[in-house]
Amino acid sequence: MQSNIILAGVGGQGILTIAAVIDRAALQSGLTIRQTEVHGMSQRGGAVQSHLRISDKEIYSDLIPEGAADLILSVEPLEALRYMPFLAPDGRIITSIDPFINIENYPSIEDILAELHRTNRPVLVNATELAREAGNAKTSNMVMLGAASRYIGIDEKQLEAAIGELFHGKGSAIVAVNIKAFRKGQELSQTQATET
Amino acid sequence: MNKQLLLGAEAIALGALDAGISGVYAYPGTPSTEITEYIQKNHADRIPPVRSSWSANEKTAYEAALGMSYAGKRSLVCMKHVGLNVAADAFINSAITGVNGGLVVAVADDPSMHSSQNEQDSRVYGKFAMLPVLEPSSQQDLYNAAREAFKLSESVQLPVLLRLTTRLAHSRAGVERTSAQPQNPLHALYAPERFVLIPQNARRQYNLLLGKQKDLEQLSEQSWLNRLVTGTGSTGVIAFGIAFNYTMEVRQAFALDFPVLQIGQYPLPRKQVESLFTSCDTILVAEEGYPVYEELLRGYFGGDNIRGRMDGTLPRAGELNADTIARGLGIEPKAVFTVPDIVVNRPPSLCKGCGHRDLYAALTKVMSSFAEHHVFSDIGCYTLGALEPFNAIHTCVDMGASITMAKGAADAGLRPAVAVIGDSTFTHSGMTGLLDAINDGSPLTVIIADNDTTAMTGGQQSSATGSRLLNICRGLGIEEQHLRTIIPLKSNLEENIRVLKEEIPYEGVSVVIAQRECVETAARKKRSKVSGT
Ligand SMILES: Cc1ncc(C[n+]2csc(CCOP(=O)(O)OP(=O)(O)O)c2C)c(N)n1
Ligand code: SF4
Repeated sequence: MQSNIILAGVGGQGILTIAAVIDRAALQSGLTIRQTEVHGMSQRGGAVQSHLRISDKEIYSDLIPEGAADLILSVEPLEALRYMPFLAPDGRIITSIDPFINIENYPSIEDILAELHRTNRPVLVNATELAREAGNAKTSNMVMLGAASRYIGIDEKQLEAAIGELFHGKGSAIVAVNIKAFRKGQELSQTQATET
Repeated sequence: MNKQLLLGAEAIALGALDAGISGVYAYPGTPSTEITEYIQKNHADRIPPVRSSWSANEKTAYEAALGMSYAGKRSLVCMKHVGLNVAADAFINSAITGVNGGLVVAVADDPSMHSSQNEQDSRVYGKFAMLPVLEPSSQQDLYNAAREAFKLSESVQLPVLLRLTTRLAHSRAGVERTSAQPQNPLHALYAPERFVLIPQNARRQYNLLLGKQKDLEQLSEQSWLNRLVTGTGSTGVIAFGIAFNYTMEVRQAFALDFPVLQIGQYPLPRKQVESLFTSCDTILVAEEGYPVYEELLRGYFGGDNIRGRMDGTLPRAGELNADTIARGLGIEPKAVFTVPDIVVNRPPSLCKGCGHRDLYAALTKVMSSFAEHHVFSDIGCYTLGALEPFNAIHTCVDMGASITMAKGAADAGLRPAVAVIGDSTFTHSGMTGLLDAINDGSPLTVIIADNDTTAMTGGQQSSATGSRLLNICRGLGIEEQHLRTIIPLKSNLEENIRVLKEEIPYEGVSVVIAQRECVETAARKKRSKVSGT
């Protein structure tokens, strides 16, 4: 088993929390992990990404080679497109469709969606809305993780358990809302998968 | 399973803790910061606790680490690559004195300049100082190498340079620990013949260092960090540091079987290299950084059968990856998609509500009234004032250079001459420049953006802020009436413009300190209070 995932977003949007959940679940499943992150200048509202690789064999490169990513999991639609050269021919984009506009020349959302629709069976998620339904707009990253969970290559129950462990210190209400958000994402992606 | 997921930087930290260090000394700098931060969070259970607070700059850090080593204890000193420029005087000379307790210098280079002004290669410094250099390629190897580096340092009585690069520093992988070692007892050394570098001692010590080079090479020949992955075919790869990972990735992905010589300890193990050259017709030299050893190998063996960064087989600048290595071996990577045309850059920017924004709002307003409106600046979050929509600063070279460059320009006759510098940068290396300016009476205005923290690198404790900064300026000799403070808030715009308008035309040195806490740091403090830790 080998899974190459690019996590994408804007500095401050919480992609490292997604990475931390997957890492934890992968470690508990006895898998090998490599996961890069961006620290420093770009964290101030710039484009950030994390290369996450899990495998049952040895992993050499911390970076995913071009054309080798099974998933691009993005919490922002423009950022999903930035890493297209990494996407494998049969790779899939899973992204939030809520734009984060902190630049003047942000393209039109229609153009972005059109590009996304041109890719291989993308999963497009109204993450903020679902997070709000779950009870907290800030959990949209867990919505996105839920939407991706069936494609990650780790038991989805294990992922959910990892969320519980990661947020444990913040109290049971926080754990509950994050798990609820995760399930919202899971449901949406299941519906989309059965529709197509 | 006992594996824990650690960043490469953290693996060094844990390795050093388990090797029994008594102190870490460092000034923050991406991508090295997390080494010290990890020790700060995880040192309390060590006996005695490991000394770990931030130093004023890399030179003070290095010298303190050397002092701890002099006293017989193991010490770690960490910095980013450009930090070694600041510490270079101490670093090079400590190779002449040698060490007592183990001294390891962990330096993180930043090829591709993700968060830096250049991509200088610290291995050059290692070679220059004639010290052993370690460059492991995985997080586990970093842990093991960090542990062993202290033993190596004590056995050869020299500092050891541990080099890592951004990708490894900031990538997580599982790391397994071995049992921790106790700290060294205090055993300071009376050895003035080594540590007093007057010429007669220095010459003898230098000859000793030269004499050790053969032994260091022998240690490299035997090191587990230098190993051959056997293979077939007429092309071989010498892969240095993290380049080994990319090379092996290509070898695995394309089911190839070429031999790979991994280099993770310097000086270069000449015999191992020669044997690869004997068995292969063509050698690809893959180095993360400058073509330091490619140049050397071209000198040894002639350039005809060597490929690398110098002949364009690999790109001359920037970090390597599996794709550049694949192309270097004549294989086209598998990418099928390209970035759509509509995708635009998203550069970093100052946070919403950041005090630097309000400072620049006032400053650009005032500067626009002058024909010449040069603002000399420095390194920190406030450097983002160089970008749209502020375009407020016009230089950023090296830490501290704002004040001294403004001084030089003022001495040349430029009016007005204005410098903008952060609190941490000021105490790192701005204070001495201000003293120069005061001694010369150079007409310039220094604005210290005091946000009570070292924000750019993640909000570390700054050496002096608030009233201590005012007192430092007084102590350096600033006249009281030209030492002003402002609070950079939208509501104070008019007031701040007025103060700057008064000080900037002054024909002497004036200092305006803009005091307001970084909103990110303030939020972080609040969060940790709420969660009760
Ligand atoms: C010699 C050197 N050491 C460290 C760094 C990394 N570095 C860049 S900016 C910065 C902190 C600046 O803090 P401050 O001056 O207080 O400004 P702020 O980011 O808080 O606005 C550091 C540590 C560097 N670029 N050069
Ligand atoms: S981290 Fe602090 S200093 Fe840096 S841009 Fe944000 S608010 Fe300003």
